[in-house]
Amino acid sequence: MKLSGANILCQSLLKEGVEVIFGFPGGVVLPFYDALPQYPQLRHILVRHEQGAAHAADGYARVTGKVGVCLATSGPGAANLVTGIANAYMDSVPLLAITGQVARPFIGKDAFQETDITGITLPITKQNYLVLRAQDIAQVVKEAFHIALTGRPGPVLLDIPRDVFLEEAEFNYPEKINLPGYKPTYQGHPTQIKKAAKLINEAQRPVILAGHGIILSGAYDELKELAEKAQIPVVFTLLGLSSFPGQHYLSLGMLGMHGLAYANLAVCEADLLIAIGMRFDDRVTGRVADFAPKAQIIHMDIDPAEIGKNVRVQVPIVGDIKHILKDLNPQIERRVRREWLRQVDQWRHEHPSLAIRETDQVLPQYVVKSIHQVTGGNATIVTGVGQHQMWAAQHYIYDKPNSLVSSGGLGTMGFELPAAIGAQVGLPGETVWAICGDGGFQMTLQELATVVQENLPVKLAIMNNGYLGMVRQWQELFYNRRYVATPLAGPDFVKIAEAYGIPGRRVTSKAQVIPAIQEAQSHPGPMLIDFQIEPEENVFPMVPMGAALHEQLQGQPQKVKK
Amino acid sequence: MKHTIVALVEDRPGVLNRVSSLFRRRGFNIESIAVGHSETPGFSRMTMMVDGDTTDVDQVTKQLYKLIDVLKVSDITREDIVARELALIKVRATAATRSEIIQIVDIFRANIVDVAPDSLIIEVTGDEDKLDSLVRLLKGFGIKELARTGRIAMSRGQAGVLIPEERPTPSAPPPRGRKLPQSREVTP
Ligand SMILES: Cc1ncc(C[n+]2csc(CCOP(=O)(O)OP(=O)(O)O)c2C)c(N)n1
Ligand SMILES: [Mg+2]
Repeated sequence: MKLSGANILCQSLLKEGVEVIFGFPGGVVLPFYDALPQYPQLRHILVRHEQGAAHAADGYARVTGKVGVCLATSGPGAANLVTGIANAYMDSVPLLAITGQVARPFIGKDAFQETDITGITLPITKQNYLVLRAQDIAQVVKEAFHIALTGRPGPVLLDIPRDVFLEEAEFNYPEKINLPGYKPTYQGHPTQIKKAAKLINEAQRPVILAGHGIILSGAYDELKELAEKAQIPVVFTLLGLSSFPGQHYLSLGMLGMHGLAYANLAVCEADLLIAIGMRFDDRVTGRVADFAPKAQIIHMDIDPAEIGKNVRVQVPIVGDIKHILKDLNPQIERRVRREWLRQVDQWRHEHPSLAIRETDQVLPQYVVKSIHQVTGGNATIVTGVGQHQMWAAQHYIYDKPNSLVSSGGLGTMGFELPAAIGAQVGLPGETVWAICGDGGFQMTLQELATVVQENLPVKLAIMNNGYLGMVRQWQELFYNRRYVATPLAGPDFVKIAEAYGIPGRRVTSKAQVIPAIQEAQSHPGPMLIDFQIEPEENVFPMVPMGAALHEQLQGQPQKVKK
Repeated sequence: MKHTIVALVEDRPGVLNRVSSLFRRRGFNIESIAVGHSETPGFSRMTMMVDGDTTDVDQVTKQLYKLIDVLKVSDITREDIVARELALIKVRATAATRSEIIQIVDIFRANIVDVAPDSLIIEVTGDEDKLDSLVRLLKGFGIKELARTGRIAMSRGQAGVLIPEERPTPSAPPPRGRKLPQSREVTP
């Protein structure tokens, strides 16, 4: 039986188990939208800006492990997806972006709303396709899902001209794919694993550096087994948080630019660093030349190109983290490691990075800690980018596997609200808290309408400091407190929420913090809380740009004001 | 040091674009790139010259290999290889200089492929040094136009940058650890 390209696309998406599409219509995708009602199993969520569609699909993918699907029209619609695609690319998130294109006879003629989206997204997609025949759609969808989800996950884009949606072709969903140039390695090399085991068994001061790859491969149990068996403390990259219980006595929290003092010190003093599913980002390493100066490094990652890219390593192991750890763990000797763990505990004691000073004002650290307390750590936390993101990373204890959704590699302000929408869609019935910056929130707040239209019970905590806080902090510390272009004459967020039909609360003192969070938590629908936090609060510890991890600033609780 | 990298790629639209975009984006310095059909229809072979002093060649091969359309990448610099480049040189030639030019062409085992009243086109193949010296010698007569292909290269004997043996693409991804929602019956 012959079907139109639009029907073939819908059928193919169903074959891949797609349940939700985040999208926004336009001229060239009309044939697709016209076919959509025939497939009630495909839930379409109308966003208010295509960037929101991409971030929502990203948030959905991160919490479900499935491919997140977003869709936009040609030209401006496709271009609006770009930030979201770049974000997913940097954080290895499986995403399928579908864009409409002008009809084939118009391609290359600068037709109305034509843009070369495959050209634009070349460096920010794992693969992309301009699909020129309806008969190719099924095959391309099959390949796209395979590529997005396997190996190191990432975004794939399909650009489909309007007349290809209308063209008819036979629909046979392919069983097989043939990608001779794409064979990810899953099994770690036995010799390398043996070498790693030897180093681990001989190490005196080992540290595990846990990254996003653990979550992506679901290696929670394997990581825990390794850490406990050999008694190795664990530090985390931002996206590695929630790959290992945060309450665990071996957990030292996040390392890097805003890492906890003892996490960074442990890395500086370690004689062996076991880096798992991470890529030595400059925010993690500080000055590379002085990174982990006393350590040999074992680096496990599924992407061979990450090996040796930023840091020289002694034992690289390419493969899927779960597979590698499964093979490694039986070769690891049980250890009691009193001396090293005592040293680590002493640092914890000497540098209480998570201590919060006493005050009646609303401190952001206290807000985050209270969200953890009220939710019992059972929430999924979604953040924007900036100071609030770092406080959320430091002060919430991520015990639940895969419970942090944050824009790590690209650092995309405005990620918080749409990503929380996607996370909530992926986790119906679960608690999703978005910790938002007052700056970033204003970049995508139109998605409040999506929250209401889809009746999503997300809780929104605006960390309202009246500043582009992270930039202001740099201006304070490195530009003589010249606050250029960082003060925000903010809107009334409570009124904004109410205008969208979402209840809003304002919190101006410490005493109101917990009751407000409790109210939001027990409220069945969405709720926004405008936390009027201490405007010039800084994130500490801090490793200044270009400094080494041991040169971190511990911060001054009492700031000198001009 | 100059490195010779050979890649076998699928003949898909945009593949050259993908490769050159990668070089630009990662700041790799590429001196030449030559592309053409390979022994198997549907696949092309690319030869690239990369300056190893300014560019991390290991990263070049790894990043290239990451492209889905790239089947195989090898740095064959240290192997026993045959490397050639072709150039077409249009040189000014008067009645007075023509015979001198022809002598030079003979010494270099080059060919004259076009003769016009005031110019000649010379075709020459060889390694870059040979081409460079011929170009230098002809400069004095006046080079009107010069086109070079960039190096192509191949390992001698058994070795080669060949299509890897058939390994089926695994159809199902390995189990992912994120929470997967209950799969539902799909009834399109
Ligand atoms: C789209 C985008 N533009 C600019 C930046 C640079 N930037 C990083 S953090 C930050 C300030 C964020 O302000 P806000 O959302 O209020 O969060 P805060 O730091 O105050 O918690 C800026 C401007 C960015 N990360 N993303
Ligand atoms: Mg702010």
